[in-house]
Amino acid sequence: MSGFVLDARGVTLRRGLREVLCGVDLQVSRGELVALMGLSGGGKTTFLRAVAGLEAFDGGVLSVDGVHLQPGRVPSAKILRALRRKVGMVFQFHYLFEHMTAIHNVWLAPVHVHKVPRTEAESRARVLLEQMGVAARAHALPRELSGGEAQRVAIARALAVDPPLLLMDEPTASLDPARRDELGDTLERLTQSGRTLLAATHDDDFVRDYADRVVVMADGRVVEQGVPSQVLTSPRHPATRQLLSQKKNKTDRGSTP
Amino acid sequence: MITTAARRGRPRPAIVWLAVVMLAATVAAQPPAPAGELRWGGDPEGGYPYVEADPNDPTRVVGFEVDVATLIATALGSRPRFVSVQFSSIDASVKRGDFAIGMGGVEDTPARRATLAVTVPYYEFREVITVRQGDAAQFKTLADLRGRRVGTLGGTIAYEILLKAQAELGLVAVSYDDDVHPYSDLVLGRLDAVLLDHVLAEKAMRRERGLATQPETVAVGYYVGVLDKKDAALRDRIDRILLGAMRDGSLEAIFRRWNIWNDDQPKLYARVLASPTAAAGGGARGTADGLDSSHGGGPTDATAAVVRYLPALFRAALITIVLSCLAMALAVIAGVLVASGRVYGGPVLRGALTAYVELTRGTPVLLQLFVLYYGLAEVVRLPAFVAALLGLGLNYAAYESEIYRSALEAVPRGQLEAARVLGLSEPQVFTLVRGPQALRLALAPMTNDFVALLKDSSLVSVLTVVELTKQTQIFAANLGSWVVPGALCAMLYLAMSLPLSRAARRMEAKWKAPTS
Repeated sequence: MSGFVLDARGVTLRRGLREVLCGVDLQVSRGELVALMGLSGGGKTTFLRAVAGLEAFDGGVLSVDGVHLQPGRVPSAKILRALRRKVGMVFQFHYLFEHMTAIHNVWLAPVHVHKVPRTEAESRARVLLEQMGVAARAHALPRELSGGEAQRVAIARALAVDPPLLLMDEPTASLDPARRDELGDTLERLTQSGRTLLAATHDDDFVRDYADRVVVMADGRVVEQGVPSQVLTSPRHPATRQLLSQKKNKTDRGSTP
Repeated sequence: MITTAARRGRPRPAIVWLAVVMLAATVAAQPPAPAGELRWGGDPEGGYPYVEADPNDPTRVVGFEVDVATLIATALGSRPRFVSVQFSSIDASVKRGDFAIGMGGVEDTPARRATLAVTVPYYEFREVITVRQGDAAQFKTLADLRGRRVGTLGGTIAYEILLKAQAELGLVAVSYDDDVHPYSDLVLGRLDAVLLDHVLAEKAMRRERGLATQPETVAVGYYVGVLDKKDAALRDRIDRILLGAMRDGSLEAIFRRWNIWNDDQPKLYARVLASPTAAAGGGARGTADGLDSSHGGGPTDATAAVVRYLPALFRAALITIVLSCLAMALAVIAGVLVASGRVYGGPVLRGALTAYVELTRGTPVLLQLFVLYYGLAEVVRLPAFVAALLGLGLNYAAYESEIYRSALEAVPRGQLEAARVLGLSEPQVFTLVRGPQALRLALAPMTNDFVALLKDSSLVSVLTVVELTKQTQIFAANLGSWVVPGALCAMLYLAMSLPLSRAARRMEAKWKAPTS
């Protein structure tokens, strides 16, 4: 149907009595890097979780590269299997498997899910770690990695199964400015090769420098979107203004939770 | 967080030691038994006709030993006061001063003569072989029982005879803690014969159907009373009372009342009266199977006894470690299944597994072993080792499952979600991520449990499995002292448990280091 890699229309999600998502409309095209901004509690992370199939949503339409998710219940195993090939996710706290080395984290899914031969998966994992600049840490355990290293291993792990859509929750939260730029360059390379990225973030500098489009969420819906330079310099919605004024008061811009 | 499962039913050695410490404390603080009271000890589980709870008033005991004790107390001008004690502990208890005299089928042996003050024998018994009626023509003597399992009460002359026959004739000696289950196991086919006192054999013949007792006497023995060596003066007074009771027929009256009087007794009395100190002094008179050679004698032979018992202790330790390892393997496998069922299963399965865990943890493992071995015997006749393995393994499975369940629940949600997003199926999430991480959390409490299991394995001696603690008891009973056997036993347990803890620590360290 649509040419969008991610197509969400009127997505709603309730937790108990609280409406966390109240009709989210969002379309993302192939090769786009879209930043999802908004105050904490605005529904960004919940929306990412719904797209990743970790959470059932209650209403609306949600499809990822041709895989359609039904509202109201946890997707069937068949739908989930199809969805997992389309969506990768990098969590804010990485969640690397603590009992495995960095490289083992990366080749685990190719070997066990996609049945790639172990040696082939391992050499591909090594290439990915090299691309991320952490090849030297291939045999370290997650707790021996710095926040930035863990972040990049987590990206390598998500990319190992080659998903068209990569979701990222606060990708710059554990990075210093230099590392942040490295990450930005890496993500740009990914979009150039046709991958689609959707990143929830509080980091407006990162958004300004690297995002193709910024989408602002407030109270469970999309309130404003556009080119970063425009949205961030002349915001129209009160929520966006509030968000940016909060930012200005912050000195340590990279580490907002 | 992992909570270490609360420790379960203590092994019997722990109870023994606790009892020893507490009794020592009370005895030390306690004034000597009040004058006018004769404290005598016996095992009420010995049952009819020796000592048993009065069916009409279970607070009282009745039996021919009760009557003999009353006779002695009355003649001493005091009242008898019964002290309940386990049969195998009578010697140790009288030495500790829990009571003045121990009675109740106590046999006259050289070991007792060496370490205790022993009264004149007052009853002569014959060791007889009981078999199933169908085998009566086939198994007449011990020599006919080569390769067969023959049961008896542990710590008795009969057991010594069987051990000797095991070495010389190739039968298999099986030791029991009581005199009832050897006969019921004989009926069930777990044994092919029982060797015990004719009094016990006759009692069993009345209780069980389909048994036959062979007429041939394997050995002759005597019942005596035992006192501490320092009570030799009291022993001499009691001897005079017993001799008087032999003369005036009051002993005969007692034995007739309990239907155990026979022609052997007048002959015994005649010999005892003729020469009170020498009569039957060498213990049971040796017969074809001989006894005297198998007894070490006094404490001077302690070193020889240690050397003699060491191989048996090593064998018993081997049984302990093999049983513990197999039971732990069973506990781990069953525990993982139960824990997985409780974490992933539906409400019915979860309910059933919770019931299993609570039932198992809430009842003594000793009870479970009895039910498994004796209680289920009508339905399924488990060999002793298998019953021991199942009993310990399934009991510990309940504790292991609780460890695994809390470990599984302690694995962070994010780890599972990261695995799911990568496309791992739920079984793969379990085997590749959740299980391995939970196992690392569970390792320390598991090691703890293995060491506990190693010690709890001593409980299976109630199922006739002679493991390390049981062998030590046999050794101690034979030697008349717990000091050396206790120390050897403790050393062997430590030799097994310490390397285990170290191996676990090494494994933990290895898992913390980088892999692959």
